[in-house]
Amino acid sequence: MTEALVVFFGILMIVAAVFAIHTKNLLTAVIVAGVVSLLASVLYLLMHAPDVAMTEAAIGSGLTTVVFLFTLKRIKTEKEEDDNG
Amino acid sequence: MAKRAVLFIILAALTLMFFRVLQGTGERTALGDLAGRLVVEAPETLGTQNVITAVVVTMRGLDTLGEVAVLFIAAAGVGFLLRRREKAAERQRRPASEILQTGSKLLLPLLLVFGVYIFTHGHLTPGGGFQGGVVIASALLLVLLADVSASVNHKLLSTTESLSGFFYAALGVAGLVFGAGILDNRILPMGAYGTLLSAGLIPVIYSFIGLKVGTELTGVLLSMGEDD
Repeated sequence: MTEALVVFFGILMIVAAVFAIHTKNLLTAVIVAGVVSLLASVLYLLMHAPDVAMTEAAIGSGLTTVVFLFTLKRIKTEKEEDDNG
Repeated sequence: MAKRAVLFIILAALTLMFFRVLQGTGERTALGDLAGRLVVEAPETLGTQNVITAVVVTMRGLDTLGEVAVLFIAAAGVGFLLRRREKAAERQRRPASEILQTGSKLLLPLLLVFGVYIFTHGHLTPGGGFQGGVVIASALLLVLLADVSASVNHKLLSTTESLSGFFYAALGVAGLVFGAGILDNRILPMGAYGTLLSAGLIPVIYSFIGLKVGTELTGVLLSMGEDD
């Protein structure tokens, strides 16, 4: 059962990662990259590594996504300022 | 064309490499030498229920101290590069939605308590200073997202961060003086195995790490999100 789940989440991870690379929308790419981390943390949990799973869920899918989103917002506003001025 | 050929060769080599790795891995039925020793010795000598914490905080404590230092340098770099521009006028920001505002009020105390729980129980349950600190940082992030007029006491943040970093390093040196080596946790009474106040110095150290990581990451998020 666990093995099947690991394979399932692993395939899901690869699909999400490829999607994140190929999508044209940056916002979608950032969020899907966060989903990849979330799936990785589920995998860690399935492999009985709760400590690593917590770190991955909090930092990988939470904080990193937020930092990317902030950066994205910054790039957008600076672009607008350049266009206007 | 040549580029594609090189790419293909690299991919083939990687596949071969990982295939060899995959062939050698299987499910283990018993722990290896080192892991077996750690599982027996960590609860006995260091008094921790969570063996990973014993390794991270005490046996490889110096590595963790270095890790905290790396995080500090990274946060300092972000703060330096993204200095707040004084002239940036107060931009009218859209107020957050009703759901976010109400949800953040409801969740903030729960998240803070959960973060503190994670780092004070690092020696008993999974998790520790880093995980708890990140949970606290995400709680404060929620407030920043929900309340656009929220102002943060930068002085309090940086003072907490510096003091906890200082005390962490000081406790490490105390282990060197009074105990068997740097960051030795046995300079405090060990307490009863499995209770909150046990494992000597480990809960104290993890609380300092939690505070430091929490305030540090909040500072990073602040300097990234605030001035635009």
